[in-house]
Amino acid sequence: MREVSEQGDPTNPGGQGSQNVERGRLAGGAADSPSTASTQLLSQTGARPPILSVREATKAFGAVHALEGVSIDLYAGEVHALVGENGAGKSTLVKIFGGVHQPDSGELVDADGHALVLTGPADAREAGIAIIFQEPTLFPDLSVAENVFIGRQPRRSGGRIDHRAMRRQARALFERLGVPLDPDRPARGLSIAEQQIVEIGKALSFDAKVVVMDEPTAALSATEVARLFGVVQSLRDHGAAVLFISHRLEEVFAICQRVTVLRDGRRVLSQLLGELTAGDLVRAMVGRDIAARERTQHDAGAAVLRVAELQRAGIFKDISFDVRAGEIVALAGLVGAGRSEVARAAFGIDVYDSGRVLVGERALHKGRPIDAMRAGVAFVPEDRRQQGLVMDMSIIDNISLASLRRLSRHGLLIPSVERSFASDWAARLQVKYGNIANPATSLSGGNQQKVVLAKWLSREPAVIIVDEPTRGIDVATKAEVHRLLVELSRSGVAVLMISSELPEVLAVADRILVMREGRLVAEFARANASEERIMAAATGQADVPVALESSPA
Amino acid sequence: MAPEIPIEATEAAQPVPAGSVAGEPPGAPPPEGGRAAARFGLGGVFGRLVRWEVALCVALVFVFGIGVDASGDFLSNYNLFTLCTNIGDLAIMALPMTLIVMVGEIDLSVASTLALSAETLGYLWSHGWPMAAIFVVVIALGVVLGAINGLLVTKVGLPSLAVTIGTLTLYRGLANVVLGPLTVSDFPAPFNELGVNGVPGLPFLSWSVAIFFVLAVIFGVVLHGTPFGRSLYAIGLNKEAASHAGIRVPRVKMGLFILSGVVCALVGMLYAFELSSVGENIGIGFELMVITVVLLGGVSIFGGRGTIIGVVLAAFVYGGLRSALLISSSFNENDFQIVSGGLLILSVLVPNVPLFAERARELMRRRAARGIIVSPESSSPTPPPTQGMVT
Repeated sequence: MREVSEQGDPTNPGGQGSQNVERGRLAGGAADSPSTASTQLLSQTGARPPILSVREATKAFGAVHALEGVSIDLYAGEVHALVGENGAGKSTLVKIFGGVHQPDSGELVDADGHALVLTGPADAREAGIAIIFQEPTLFPDLSVAENVFIGRQPRRSGGRIDHRAMRRQARALFERLGVPLDPDRPARGLSIAEQQIVEIGKALSFDAKVVVMDEPTAALSATEVARLFGVVQSLRDHGAAVLFISHRLEEVFAICQRVTVLRDGRRVLSQLLGELTAGDLVRAMVGRDIAARERTQHDAGAAVLRVAELQRAGIFKDISFDVRAGEIVALAGLVGAGRSEVARAAFGIDVYDSGRVLVGERALHKGRPIDAMRAGVAFVPEDRRQQGLVMDMSIIDNISLASLRRLSRHGLLIPSVERSFASDWAARLQVKYGNIANPATSLSGGNQQKVVLAKWLSREPAVIIVDEPTRGIDVATKAEVHRLLVELSRSGVAVLMISSELPEVLAVADRILVMREGRLVAEFARANASEERIMAAATGQADVPVALESSPA
Repeated sequence: MAPEIPIEATEAAQPVPAGSVAGEPPGAPPPEGGRAAARFGLGGVFGRLVRWEVALCVALVFVFGIGVDASGDFLSNYNLFTLCTNIGDLAIMALPMTLIVMVGEIDLSVASTLALSAETLGYLWSHGWPMAAIFVVVIALGVVLGAINGLLVTKVGLPSLAVTIGTLTLYRGLANVVLGPLTVSDFPAPFNELGVNGVPGLPFLSWSVAIFFVLAVIFGVVLHGTPFGRSLYAIGLNKEAASHAGIRVPRVKMGLFILSGVVCALVGMLYAFELSSVGENIGIGFELMVITVVLLGGVSIFGGRGTIIGVVLAAFVYGGLRSALLISSSFNENDFQIVSGGLLILSVLVPNVPLFAERARELMRRRAARGIIVSPESSSPTPPPTQGMVT
């Protein structure tokens, strides 16, 4: 049993009288609308007014219409999904809720029907709207409790901060959320999932009645997602309206009651989820059917990338595997299991203590990406904004960055050669851009990822390592990336893919390696892999029959 | 009070014409420290830099106008030659400095490297070494002095600002030890005349500026036309992405510091010949003038932006202004220091003015809108969107 502390009730919009809500366990059942009687707001499900609405919002940036007449109603005690491809206008809508943008026309309306003008994040907070970003920005040197109450610390006499009260209140908040987070821990070292919890705690502490979560699960592992869902459930049970943005439809169906689909800045659908299927949503998002991909089995060739007994103290140990020509090998596991670290070490971004990486017969020089590149390895990193692209450089410069030597004649770069090279590869990957000389910042996430892929594929690699290739990109582009990986493998490229999305792993990979706590713990052929088996191996829940070919025992 | 809300992904369906990018960038939040310059897309910045170079051209004409106005002798061969000798050595050192600032580092030890090389020249010459051998030794010295900076920055991982403040003092101290209070001034005639006569046929053009022009063309081609030059921009804008693309960032930086050491060592010899003597405190304070020229030339102190042509123009604006102010008797060297300091601040400030203006507008807008909130009954007009804001 949880009890709401003296903090007051988040369902209480206008501040008229506090109603303490007592609620049962968090793990509420099915995704139906809340069935409580303790607050009047929630009781009249049918005719109750939305707690916050956007009406006919239009927002343009120059010639680009990010939103056109979009309306959305958020109801207390309801989790409302907002889905759409990248570039559909979701982020713009979030920023309108957050007071970062003001709509060109249209308005925000509160529960009483009054128009709200939010001119900045501070206004949004005053209006009871909290935005939880995918990667929160906490003060790393302050404790969890201090982060929650930053700027609003409880005071003792003489204006001194009442640390005891602050800790107590923070602890109460986290108990209410059902997550035992130590208020005294410094924010530095918290996982992204925990940082989000701190942000949600902060939202609760100022009685946010609307919580907007912008792709909160994109960087979380499966267990962290499950915990976040518990928190969302508890927010909902406490009468908050949650706007939940995600690219993962299974999450939408698991946690949300209502859904709004945006496409090209317009609302194409807004209704209760119970009436819809995943196929309906995908169709609404992309405006067409996506054919299910069937992956036909084909023979792999000789081992191209060979990683032998790779080891780095405290990070990974005894990592040995091969990737054969024409084969897609997925590296699965929880976030933090050491998958990216292995890939980075193999490509030479990071160093390792012992072991060898070979491409064909050639041993790669430790810690030297250019050596791996010359041997025919390409690496599409996890963080495309920080690692994959120089965001302020043009699309041309980004595509040519890994091929500059090949594009120069007598040591000089020829602009026309570079331009036609870049536009050729951009066209092959169907990058949608306004002007190829514009900076990469002008592209949507999916198109940015295509630019990274163009940069590497233009080197015609023998081995390509892709780390979370579809993170945060829209459904249609995701499908394109999958198709591309399959085509690459058909043409004889060895593909090593790191992915936290098991459906993706199962759809694309020929062979699945599972890592847990820095070690390879299981290997599955495509035929006998399932989400359950992979998860069991990744979490160490079951005694997995280790079937590693190259296991050094 | 409220923690900064990160600016996240753009969702704009279509790219926006580069020219209109002037406000919030759609990219990831800038790395800690809020690099103001990084807030602009390259397209917009490129447009602005072009304007910056145009502004430098205007400034150049203006400066020469002041000079001609102050004295009819301003355009005389003699005065132009003096102007050239005053700026030439600084300008040469500004070229490697440009590349170092481009990758987000700085080298404050340039003037001390110059001094230690010049003093070494004086010492060896006074001990009867042949000039050819001295050349070799001084170049080697430049390599070593640059490599010390480079190693401390790339291998040890110290910030170049701290490292080169250290070597600024260290090399200067060594320079004072090498020659002590002595002055050496008996260099042979062809060398001693470097600072007296101009290039044959162009009496107003000093050898130092002639060398600068040749080097500027080479540096310009390297920076703007080769894979190496492109990699410098990439490193300056995002060194992590650069190393993911196979660019060997530490090696490049190491190379740049060595290049700076060698160029400054050679300038040390040139400068000694121009003065026809080597004594204590040679070239003291030059590092700040060199950096002023580089920043005035539009090179971003945050790295990743700038052009060689801008630095060339800045060198002449700087030298011309000095000459123009000094030729009118109401200014002295000290007054020029005030101008020089002001220029340095201006050249860092001005490129960011649109950003500051944007912030000020934003603030005003918020205040205005707050006034509206107070009276919710009145139908509140939406505040006008910030001009040119893109996300």
